[in-house]
Amino acid sequence: MKARQTPSQTVGPFFRPSLIEASAENLVQAETRGERVTIEGRVIDGDGAPVTDAMLEIWQANAEGRYDHPDDDQEKLLDPTFHGYGRAATDATGTFRFHTIKPGPVPGVDGALQAPHINVSIFARGLLKRLVTRIYFPDELLNATDAVLNAAPLERRATMVAGWMDSTHRALRFDVILQGGHETVFLDV
Amino acid sequence: MSDPYRREDQGAHPPYAHDAYASTLKRAPRQPLLRIEETLSEITGPRFGREVIRPGDIDLMHFNGGEAIGERIIVSGRILDEDGRAIPDTLVEIWQANAAGRYAHPVDQHEAPLDPHFSGNGRVMTDHDGVYRFTTVKPGAYPWRNHHNAWRPAHIHFSLFGPSFATRLITQMYFPGDPLLAIDPIFNSVPDASARPRLVARFDIDTTMPEHALGYQFDMILRGREATPATPEEHRR
Repeated sequence: MKARQTPSQTVGPFFRPSLIEASAENLVQAETRGERVTIEGRVIDGDGAPVTDAMLEIWQANAEGRYDHPDDDQEKLLDPTFHGYGRAATDATGTFRFHTIKPGPVPGVDGALQAPHINVSIFARGLLKRLVTRIYFPDELLNATDAVLNAAPLERRATMVAGWMDSTHRALRFDVILQGGHETVFLDV
Repeated sequence: MSDPYRREDQGAHPPYAHDAYASTLKRAPRQPLLRIEETLSEITGPRFGREVIRPGDIDLMHFNGGEAIGERIIVSGRILDEDGRAIPDTLVEIWQANAAGRYAHPVDQHEAPLDPHFSGNGRVMTDHDGVYRFTTVKPGAYPWRNHHNAWRPAHIHFSLFGPSFATRLITQMYFPGDPLLAIDPIFNSVPDASARPRLVARFDIDTTMPEHALGYQFDMILRGREATPATPEEHRR
């Protein structure tokens, strides 16, 4: 190695409006292929209080299970209307929202399919470096064999699985608990 | 699959819980992170084209039909990986306080004046050699409520993507010789004291433009890729 990594520092409280555009929470266009889902949740601190100054980013595969990136050389179709990246800030109630599609499954390290998931980065004042987690989908057969989900302690696994908001199955709830009893499983990637 | 990225440099990156920075107390997770092997999900990541850069994004000196007040500076540098390879065509986002130490942000209640001709927002793409460059004013130090008489050293926020989800980095650039660095809990959250100077820009006379602006150089290093282990056959060669 020739050079050493630049340290992370907190995003701080003043990233708005520089980093935030309302349109960035919508990943889909009319022509985008795939099952539409809205993902909504709150970021909560160790006192159970909403975190009103967090920024979340998501990164996901398209409906076929392919990432729009040159290192994904799978023979699956790219969708020219879907790039898989979104960004949102939490509001005064700690709530964030993304409009996207359910991604298809992508292979894991051993070639076995991972369960459909959305990769999440969380930034905020008080976070000196980002937190990473994944959003998995409820009622998904592949969840039972997903390597990441199954590496999490059994009693905490559910913190990475979103829940349907109602019976229409169009909106998912995914809360991020930074600290405490129901702390979300965060990943070292 | 392509090679995974090297792990985070533990001496460089701050811990989540850092008592001297009060906001970490209720926000740092208490459970250990779950370490996972990198998959396609982590070695891929968002990419942005030059169309996301708007006119004026690399010139923070001019905004709203006028010129910002303050010490004009040029900040330039390269974005590289740990092997010294340039990271071309990657988006760099910046934001900062104005010369008086005030952000154009409703939450910032510091009594310093706002500058109608300074937004403090910028974006730039690196070129083929990983080089970025923008013009701005030197930000002022400002008070914060972390502890009695707490002041943040002058800094510019940087947001970098690099080639993958794994390389995502948000950091802050500081200025050389700032006396506040020695007592800043955020700067000093970097565990390895020898890694802290990586966050401090270097004054550079060659970047400085005569009769125009002082120049600073600030390179940023993102996680590099693991080398593919050599096969026995390759060892014999």
